[in-house]
Amino acid sequence: MVAIAVVVIRDLFSAAMLFAIYSLLSAALFAVLDAGDVALTEAAVGAGISTILILAVLTLAPRYETGHKGLDWPALSVVFITGGCLLWAVSALPIFGYADNPIHAHVAPYYIENAYKELGVPNMVAAVLASYRGSRRASCLPQPGSCSC
Amino acid sequence: MELLGHYNYYVVVILMMIGLYTIIARGNLVKKVIGLNIFQTSVFILFISLGKISGASTPVWRDGVEVYSNPLPHVLILTAIVVGVATTSVALALAVRIHEAYGSLDDDELRGSHGPDDSIT
Repeated sequence: MVAIAVVVIRDLFSAAMLFAIYSLLSAALFAVLDAGDVALTEAAVGAGISTILILAVLTLAPRYETGHKGLDWPALSVVFITGGCLLWAVSALPIFGYADNPIHAHVAPYYIENAYKELGVPNMVAAVLASYRGSRRASCLPQPGSCSC
Repeated sequence: MELLGHYNYYVVVILMMIGLYTIIARGNLVKKVIGLNIFQTSVFILFISLGKISGASTPVWRDGVEVYSNPLPHVLILTAIVVGVATTSVALALAVRIHEAYGSLDDDELRGSHGPDDSIT
């Protein structure tokens, strides 16, 4: 995994480059998971601006990491305890990808049904982000079946 | 099937562990910021995975498409990415200022020094 290499490598310039690769890979993962807008933002912002910022810092600061090498066992144990707790919690989440998971049953169908009809904006993410969240329709919160706007 | 159904979430937890380890164990401040970003990305992947429906399509309205993935996590994460860049740039700016004042970016060296180092600036 690229993420491990980012942590292990001590040359900060290489770490910045590997972090850009990691951001691009996660952008590709977002695209696969149907989140086109998020993928575009992550590619532009994560791989672009963050990398430029880190490189800008490296022009002002030393390029190589100093300090102790090797594993930090107390930190590792804290990380594994946290990870174990999260793995236990994650096993209670609904199965990935089913349409009747609880997250898809609340207000999301309202936006999917009505975003194009009410606003004429085909992109639902942009519609929710800009139009529904804006002040123009703030009085009209989505209550399934009872919207009078 | 149970194990495979949670595959994405296990990857998220592993990425989160990598990020957390970087934040705790690495002394270099720039490396800590990178670890924070990895941590952040794992949370993004968690949210986007929750919103995915198998066989659905991107939530952009088109003719002939019946099932869309949930657009609400996408909205949240879009905002979170932008906020993440802001925090990253503030953290990196602080790192540069610390380097200017103390002449070092390493955690342990900074803890050992007392007050700004005049000889380096």
